[in-house]
Amino acid sequence: MASDVEPLVLKSPTLRWIEHRLPIIGFGYRHLVAYQTPRNLNYWWNFGSLAGICLMLQIVTGVVLAMHYTPHVAHAFDSVEHIMRDVNWGWLLRYAHANGASMFFLVVYIHIFRGLYYGSYKAPRELLWMLGVVILFLMMATAFMGYVLPWGQMSFWAATVITNLFSAIPLVGESIVTWLWGGFSVDNPTLQRFFSLHYLLPFVIVGVVFLHLVALHTHGSNNPVGIDLTKKDKIPFHPYYTVKDMFGLAVFLLVFAGFVFFAPNVLGHPDNYIPANPLVTPPHIVPEWYFLPFYAILRAITFDIFWIIPAKLGGVIAMFAAVGVLFFLPWLDTSKVRSARYRPIYRIFFWLLVVDCFILGYVGAHPPEGFLVTLGLIATIWYFAHFLIILPILGKLERPLPVPESLSTPVLGRGMAPAPAE
Amino acid sequence: MADATGTVQQGEGGKRRDFLELVTWSTVAVGTAAMVWPLIHQMNPSADVLALASTEVDLSKIPEGSAIKVMWRGKPVFVRHRTAEEIAAAEAVPLAELRDPEPDSARVKKPEWLIMVGVCTHLGCIPLGTAAGEPKGEYGGWFCPCHGSHYDTSGRIRKGPAPTNLPVPPYTFLSDTLVRIG
Ligand code: HEM
Ligand code: FES
Repeated sequence: MASDVEPLVLKSPTLRWIEHRLPIIGFGYRHLVAYQTPRNLNYWWNFGSLAGICLMLQIVTGVVLAMHYTPHVAHAFDSVEHIMRDVNWGWLLRYAHANGASMFFLVVYIHIFRGLYYGSYKAPRELLWMLGVVILFLMMATAFMGYVLPWGQMSFWAATVITNLFSAIPLVGESIVTWLWGGFSVDNPTLQRFFSLHYLLPFVIVGVVFLHLVALHTHGSNNPVGIDLTKKDKIPFHPYYTVKDMFGLAVFLLVFAGFVFFAPNVLGHPDNYIPANPLVTPPHIVPEWYFLPFYAILRAITFDIFWIIPAKLGGVIAMFAAVGVLFFLPWLDTSKVRSARYRPIYRIFFWLLVVDCFILGYVGAHPPEGFLVTLGLIATIWYFAHFLIILPILGKLERPLPVPESLSTPVLGRGMAPAPAE
Repeated sequence: MADATGTVQQGEGGKRRDFLELVTWSTVAVGTAAMVWPLIHQMNPSADVLALASTEVDLSKIPEGSAIKVMWRGKPVFVRHRTAEEIAAAEAVPLAELRDPEPDSARVKKPEWLIMVGVCTHLGCIPLGTAAGEPKGEYGGWFCPCHGSHYDTSGRIRKGPAPTNLPVPPYTFLSDTLVRIG
């Protein structure tokens, strides 16, 4: 195999001088060039690097938007319109940033479901997975606060409804909400702090992504077969995966550009082009698409739980728990086999969970009336049952298919020659 | 204390060092808390926000059976000139039927004037029912479109996810036709 990579030899004396004092070239070489990667990664493994690129794009477009944006209730809406109409290429930068957030979530959700399917959260990658959940939380906070900045009707009412969630906390809830607002309603102090944090959090995400990668490179990538690989089943990151990631990036950018240039507002809500009005609530409030399943879970709890948790608090707890439960997944899934390829029953439940999330998204997008209320509750129960009941039991009962010893084994077993080395 | 007779002094010196360590860490803890508090408290309402002027409302412009919205502390306040039937309906409700039991008399100073903060106690939307033509919900008061809360003619929660009645702000009648909120 191509696993034996030459050690880095720096010919230039200048580079050697630098490397001797700041070993940054060797660091890059070890982690981006020579880094040993499973040779069987499929395209679902492209989404990690895509997520990193999305983060960079958000930071670049965001920093330039901030050069023209004014975080004040009297000017925010107008300054965004000024970006759209007057600033050179401003429309492109804003559409890239707004749709970039959607693309970022799309990529990260696929990345997460990849992990769920191939068991990438299992030992020894528990912390890698948990850092990913931290990133998801931070992304949600960042995107929520970013959405408030244009100060349209949806911005204002999203900010009002979401900050009011904290009023459900017993005793201190109201004080926390006043503290979050810096006043008695969502107003200028709220907008200014959201802008400050919206600028800060992406850089915190960069920090957590760095830890995520440290954890990743400690034990290396998981792979579609889900077994620990020996050296002969690995290939250097460059050129094999640099090229594959580039190809994936090109496809991704086509989709992204399709939205930015041909449908820049389909993922948004027209009400956000109406300036914020604290006296009038839009008839139908919906969050951005990437929050819809969580919104459905929030609204699903319309009854008191065990007589002690009031409905409002119950909904809030359920919504945060929907993400929080992922922290415990490495221990909730009791099966020793990682990849769903060798778990025939888990595979079915995996796809049911995917369908369940789409149902929740659908329910979240529509007013809670009639049948949808029941459907939302059933889908919510299923979501939690998947993690809290099905996975722990399934790991004990399911009989996995025979798992190969190494990547060449199943191939040889079918009477084929092992894959060529290079 | 480092000296040649360390073995002799060890017990006592140890105690003294334990004490010094305790004092040091306590000072660090108090000092850190004192430094962190301004960083947290700066987010609470500032003096100018707290000092926000109260709002005066001229009641003579609100005919019986109608209502208006005024701004107070960045929030809408509903001022409703209730009809005799609406008052009677509000007073007739048995308290046992209410999620947040409050007699109508505890929510008004003069029965014909219902003054409340117009913010849904669920998640903060503005309920409909103030302006003419808006849906007033199943109890003739207000209806919150966000998640479907119904309030009665006393602004009490009757149906839907909101946990409590619409709150009554502090207010005083300056004259028969002038009221100051706040
Ligand atoms: C994790 C990365 C980020 C995400 C997910 C994100 C998300 C968002 C979203 C959803 C919006 C609302 C877009 C709209 O509807 O107009 C927004 C607006 C904005 N963001 Fe970000 N953002 C990120 C990073 C940044 C960074 C690093 C900055 C740098 C200051 C920034 C600056 C802005 C500004 C100035 C606006 C208001 C202008 C506008 O609405 O287009 N963002 N962001
Ligand atoms: S905010 Fe009024 S019902 Fe939810």
